Amino acid sequence: MPIEIPKDKWPGSIKTVTIGATAAEGGTRAKTITIGGQNTMPFMHFENPISNTPVIALEIKSRKPEDWSALLAEVWGDAMDDPARWAKMAEDSGADLIVLALTLEDEPADAVAATKAVLEASGLPLIVWGPGQSDIDNELLVAVAEATKGERLVLGLCEDSNYRTIVATAMANDHLVIARTPMDVNLAKQLNILITDMGLPAERILMDPTTGALGYGIEYGYSVMERLRLAALQGDGMTQLPMIVTPGFETWKTKEAKVNEGVPAEWGDWLSRSIHWETLTAVSLLESGADIVVLRHPESVSRIKDAISELMMV
Amino acid sequence: MALSGIQIYKLLPQTNCKECGFPTCLAFAMKLAAKQVELAACPYVSDESQAQLAESSAPPIRLVTLKSGEHEAKAGNEVVLFRHEKTFYNKPGLFIRVKASDGAEAISKKVTEADAYKVNYVGMDFTVDGFAVVADGDAASAVKAVRSASKRPIILIGEDASVLDPALAVLEGETALIAAAAESNWETMADLAVRHKAALVVKADNLDTLAEMTVKIKEKGVENLVLDPGGAGMSKTLANSVQLRRLALKNVRELGYPVISYPCKADKPAQEAILAAQAIAKYSGFIVLETFDPAMIYPLLVLRENIYTDPQKPIQVQPGIYEINSPQPDSPVLVTTNFSITYFSVANEVEGSGKPAWLLVTDADGMSVLTAWAAGKFDAERIAKATKEFNLTDKVSKLVIVLPGHVAVLSGELEEELPNWDVKVGPREAVDIPAYLKQAI
Repeated sequence: MPIEIPKDKWPGSIKTVTIGATAAEGGTRAKTITIGGQNTMPFMHFENPISNTPVIALEIKSRKPEDWSALLAEVWGDAMDDPARWAKMAEDSGADLIVLALTLEDEPADAVAATKAVLEASGLPLIVWGPGQSDIDNELLVAVAEATKGERLVLGLCEDSNYRTIVATAMANDHLVIARTPMDVNLAKQLNILITDMGLPAERILMDPTTGALGYGIEYGYSVMERLRLAALQGDGMTQLPMIVTPGFETWKTKEAKVNEGVPAEWGDWLSRSIHWETLTAVSLLESGADIVVLRHPESVSRIKDAISELMMV
Repeated sequence: MALSGIQIYKLLPQTNCKECGFPTCLAFAMKLAAKQVELAACPYVSDESQAQLAESSAPPIRLVTLKSGEHEAKAGNEVVLFRHEKTFYNKPGLFIRVKASDGAEAISKKVTEADAYKVNYVGMDFTVDGFAVVADGDAASAVKAVRSASKRPIILIGEDASVLDPALAVLEGETALIAAAAESNWETMADLAVRHKAALVVKADNLDTLAEMTVKIKEKGVENLVLDPGGAGMSKTLANSVQLRRLALKNVRELGYPVISYPCKADKPAQEAILAAQAIAKYSGFIVLETFDPAMIYPLLVLRENIYTDPQKPIQVQPGIYEINSPQPDSPVLVTTNFSITYFSVANEVEGSGKPAWLLVTDADGMSVLTAWAAGKFDAERIAKATKEFNLTDKVSKLVIVLPGHVAVLSGELEEELPNWDVKVGPREAVDIPAYLKQAI
């Protein structure tokens, strides 16, 4: 009985975004990363060829984080004291990109020094995000953006309450931005409109629709991402940006991953559980449309790398 | 696919006899389309129309239920491709695999441990759903070994009907699942399923053959079918399950059955968990796992719960006073709403901070802080009322109450409502709670 495979024909496609610049392109990166370009739902190779692979970023910090899970402190060891060494280790563990998260204690000069040290130590394209407090984010990111003109870094996070300064410095210094909105299709779209209205081309914007970790609201993030991707494929231009999400950040603040004292025996081995938590969160989000997943544990990187290469097999 | 009211109207007598209790046939048709009345209320509908309407009201994916005693594992009855379009209904069963060749002792040990496993998530207890027995040895003894340790439903995996037959005899009175009927053995397997009233997996590595086989097997009298489209690797498995779901929703009846998947075939447990996660999100009805490890099963059970949560109804937590990190009478009271994601974000951060606190969860109809405030479901009056309803002053002596930063505007009113309390304004986002508790409290 001949069965005709139903294939969706989509009028829209995701914008192609390139992160990082090599020496020839005015930067210092050993390679660039290109994401986006799809015109199917995730990994539907039977509908259309998918040219760009989703990628993995590893998150490091400019200063040793005191509140990270002991499991992360253990695996990264002394490298956490030195962003350059940490970045190198992240690269060696298979990451495609580095996320450098600045902290509230950083002065602009510290932020610039940390960024330059990371660029020196690793040839991977770099995402830099502020500590998440508008005035300090702006101060640090402007300094970083100016000191790294032409590198095509990704600066984050632009939010509806604070995006102008970051977008302006990204425009002036040839960088990209991340637009983050709290799990809502319309808010995501609106922020993308505000940012492009300032004159930054859509090809230089990634959107972070925000997710929850497994057990802590992943289903909201999951469905918002599916809806954003469907809207994009249906032709809605302001949703056609590649998506970046942070399963690492979300996972490692859950009780399941963060602590092992006083947790039920049914949760099983701490490390094993935490890696499953991070990888299951990540793989679910990749299958709902993520183009970049930001992780924290190197074992998760290796597993998700395997999963992505399996998913990209035609 | 379900028919519209107009399509149904065309199948009715169109005499407006009113005997169904509705003024016109069209009115009755509309009620039928909305599934608010039964077709039986119409005394004059023709047999032909009746058959057509019954066909159209059947779900696009047949509900298959495995049963043993009071345990059930249900799959099917799904109606959408994406959970936001409506919801996913029947959570896929997680089955732990054992092999007859492992011997009764090893089987009994693994099954006993897995059967006893129970984990609590957000007030709900989760367990595994059953066991899969590979008939690569004395299958009847293996099934007996499983049955001595668990009463949960069984999937029997093998290709030789004569080997499976005595094992199924052990499961008399249950609905087991036999895996699988392939092109080479489908007739004997279909007979076996009929004889033992079992459900049957139909296996083929292309959809054309799969569809042909379900038709033939159904003609033999087996209606409870489950599909195994074969294929290895995440990409192929994903494509298969998406194609099958799409076809079923397009009313290709031959493929309108739940799907079984085998993450147990992964080379290593790391990959098994990821394959199982894909199977959960992408439409499997039955999932066979090799590894029973709480560190893997717990996240899979949580993922399944999350994906199958009805997106139209935000899950709510019970309003009340929650104790975090063993609070004392001088610990602060933090206020939030009963929207699950809000509650869990806040509770999780307070927990992670290591600081003791009382968490006062108010009834805000399951809305987040800002949404509830905008809708008038989270205001000073309601918060004050909650402190009384949950007898906070019996527990707390140092009366410090912390509002979410997003509703700082309520602090003046709350001070009026609770004159003996010290009203503070906390951070806007949950993530900043640990720092706040360390610095400000």
